[in-house]
Amino acid sequence: MSEEDYEEDGEMNGKKFLYVNRRGPYGTVYALESLEVVLIGAAFEQDVSLAFMDDGVYQLKKGQNTDGMGMKNFSPTYRALEMYDVEKLFVSKESMDERGLTTEDLIVDVEVIDNAAMADLMEDAEVVLSF
Amino acid sequence: MPIEVNGKSIETDEEGYLADLNQWEPEVATVMAAIDDAELTETHWEVINFLREYYEEYQIAPAVRVLTKAIGKKLGKDKGNSKYLYELFPYGPAKQACKYAGLPKPTGCV
Repeated sequence: MSEEDYEEDGEMNGKKFLYVNRRGPYGTVYALESLEVVLIGAAFEQDVSLAFMDDGVYQLKKGQNTDGMGMKNFSPTYRALEMYDVEKLFVSKESMDERGLTTEDLIVDVEVIDNAAMADLMEDAEVVLSF
Repeated sequence: MPIEVNGKSIETDEEGYLADLNQWEPEVATVMAAIDDAELTETHWEVINFLREYYEEYQIAPAVRVLTKAIGKKLGKDKGNSKYLYELFPYGPAKQACKYAGLPKPTGCV
């Protein structure tokens, strides 16, 4: 067996998946569940994009501290996405502006797009999963 | 079922992963390996220590594909392949090595 056995799985190739994240990281389990689905799905060699809008942009906020909250701070895991070949992360410009956030505040490199471009992204995706 | 490490009883889940990740110490890996009839060598420890660093940084136990790639980058191509890793950890490099390292079961492993 070689590494290629894991790398080449032609069957699932090509499908465009978009995961849309709209909720804050804690308080509900949506953000963590979404991240786990992305990581599991990454094994299937799909074309994966992640979108963050509304309070979902907080998922990528630097300096999260969950002490006393009873939930693990899973934000460092977003930095592992690149190693799972998940490299297309989009955030809504409007959602960032409304919350006074800039890309400097985020733990990973993202592409900031306006809501019109976000709509195109959703239009373009073959599978949209909303969390 | 709990395992005995240095006279202490440490809780594990039904698959043998640590219930509380903070209870890990190197001896835990040795005891877990003994349960699997395995003995840990320097090369096993390389992978176990790598996994602990990886978890510390990313808060996640990597999938086997990612582990293989990352090991290749860190320890060289001759080690970053599944043949090498499966020889060290025949029950599956991600699952077995993560268990010894005190990490949770890798996300996506069933």
